[in-house]
Amino acid sequence: MTMHIEVNGAPVYCYTGGKAFDAAKPTVVFIHGVLNDHSVWALQTRYMANHGWNVLAIDLPGHCRSGGNAPATVEEGADFIGAMLDAAGVQRAALVGHSWGSLIAMEAAARLGERISHLVLVGTAFPMKVSPALIEASAADPEKAMRMVNVFSRSTLAAPPSALGPGTWVFGAGMALGRKVLRSNPAVNVFQRGFIACDSYANGEAAMAQIACPVLFALGAHDQMTPPKAAQGLIKAARAAGKKVEVVHLPVGHNQMTEAPEETLAALRDFLAR
Amino acid sequence: MPGYSDPGFDTLALHAGAAPDPATGARAVPIHLTTSFVFESSDHAAALFNLERGGHVYSRISNPTNAVLEQRVAALEGGVGAIATASGQAALHLAIATLMGAGSHIVASTALYGGSQNLLHYTLSRFGIETTFVKPGDIDAWRAAVRPHTKLFFGETVGNPGLDVLDIPTVSAIAHEAGVPLLVDSTLTSPWLIRPFEHGADLVYHSATKFLSGHGTVVGGIVVDGGSFDWDGPKSAGKFAELTQPYDGFHNMVFAEESTVGAFLLRARREGLRDFGACMSPHTAWLILQGIETLPLRMERHVRNTERVVEFLAAQPFVSRVGHPLLASHPSHALAQKLLPRGAGSVFSFDLKGHREQGKKFIETLKVFSHLANVGDCRSLVIHPASTTHFRMSDEALAGAGITQGTIRLSIGLEDADDLIDDLKRALKAAEKAGA
Repeated sequence: MTMHIEVNGAPVYCYTGGKAFDAAKPTVVFIHGVLNDHSVWALQTRYMANHGWNVLAIDLPGHCRSGGNAPATVEEGADFIGAMLDAAGVQRAALVGHSWGSLIAMEAAARLGERISHLVLVGTAFPMKVSPALIEASAADPEKAMRMVNVFSRSTLAAPPSALGPGTWVFGAGMALGRKVLRSNPAVNVFQRGFIACDSYANGEAAMAQIACPVLFALGAHDQMTPPKAAQGLIKAARAAGKKVEVVHLPVGHNQMTEAPEETLAALRDFLAR
Repeated sequence: MPGYSDPGFDTLALHAGAAPDPATGARAVPIHLTTSFVFESSDHAAALFNLERGGHVYSRISNPTNAVLEQRVAALEGGVGAIATASGQAALHLAIATLMGAGSHIVASTALYGGSQNLLHYTLSRFGIETTFVKPGDIDAWRAAVRPHTKLFFGETVGNPGLDVLDIPTVSAIAHEAGVPLLVDSTLTSPWLIRPFEHGADLVYHSATKFLSGHGTVVGGIVVDGGSFDWDGPKSAGKFAELTQPYDGFHNMVFAEESTVGAFLLRARREGLRDFGACMSPHTAWLILQGIETLPLRMERHVRNTERVVEFLAAQPFVSRVGHPLLASHPSHALAQKLLPRGAGSVFSFDLKGHREQGKKFIETLKVFSHLANVGDCRSLVIHPASTTHFRMSDEALAGAGITQGTIRLSIGLEDADDLIDDLKRALKAAEKAGA
């Protein structure tokens, strides 16, 4: 079951976890990372939708099922989230973001203030620097760059039952999804655009200081894309600004939602219940 | 396993999908011989049934041992996931039944295993699914056979037993132009010889009974999804309602929205395994895993022994034809060099000069080769296809598959090549003498 919302004149796809939107329920928005889409949250969204929440797992503009221009900066992504909530008629929501999506969620939370009830940053870092070689490869040789990203994201060759059920080869699923997302936008290389947006984002600590809600950092203990140490600055900034901060270390790399679906769900569920 | 490079094929053959058992420390894959798995709570049970959480419920649908096999074969093929089935035929049926129903149409190669040809030609037509057969090398025929209700292209990487190599890049391009996926049976090649997804195929299946298992001990199958096909893309729009429209039979799920790259696998497991029930025993999965651990070593030896035997047979005056793409005379020689640089497999056919009784004498004289209906065993095997594996086929269909009444099929095993050649030499002599 899905919602299609028009935002800034373009259709936006929201996966709702198999449940119709119900204005009486609280809403949680899931924001994917570079070269991903809503489906990476399969084993978190469907559960939340069946346990009291409206779920809006979006395809970012210019990605897969959503039209519009793919965000070129984190700030553009944050503007989109605000516009999307307005278009959906959602006054208050929790934001959950992964990787690039975590930066978009954080910046959006800073801009939207009290409209955001919870902020969950999965696999985050600030600054989220991307190596020049990888940025270049994402345009010159996307297949090679995708392979690099998926190798660095992986923490195991034996994932538990994952997004496609038991028998999912998470590495292959990551490669196939990357190819599909890239192919979905013939006008723009969303791979390189997303990486540049991560790399150039400079407002992290300032954004964190403005956030008005509790923050959960869900970090992969073995994450090589966004290592836990790269989130420490943000965690310190949040604590220094007096935010309510929780930090969970998941036994996984950068594929938190697909290689540790149960642990990621538990962290999310418990945090959102508070 | 973080690292700077992707594990190679041999490493994946040993490690993909498996880790030391967290409960016991067991290093080898445990055999989970259990029908069912205890729920943590009522909520956990409901969440598993509704695909809200990942896990196992009942071994017809999934099992931890089978899941290791599924991940491993998906890794070796470069797919997104796999489903283990009771046999290769069950894998083929699961693939077809997931994608279509009555009124649908398949375009298939004529060079198929007899059982597959039978399923398509006789059995599925009884259920309203029609198939048009085309010679695998006749590219125009693939294109011309497409109908409005065509849902699938299907062929074997190398046809059984003539070894016609399927031009996967070209045939898949025609399939995609028609908005349908290409399903490939890679049983005779295994992922060690070719990874069909890299050439454009969308779905791959194996009779795991053969090279994946490799020891002639178990019957099993597996179907792998490459995750590449756009089920609701511009060219396929409206063709695959099974994956793109709400399914009343499973929580009104729209599989293509649940998973951008695994819609086929979701429906195949949640409908096909659930309703048709052709699942694999965990013990079988374990035995196939044992086989896969040595797949690279075995395939290398199969191919090397085959080269020796083909070279020998091609030099024998009593042999009128050797049907292996190693030889420049084979119609697929050039294509095999391009798509199968490691070799075109170790199952092939040849024709004896002489009559049927001489063929019988040849087979009955062999001592190292076993006369039986299987291929891909570590032991060398021999059979007469026209009277056994392909006996239900008409002469026309046999000719389409490259089989005559005098064709003999060999599956070259892992014995000493010299012993195989000696065995063949004795049998050829006896057969020749029988015609005197």
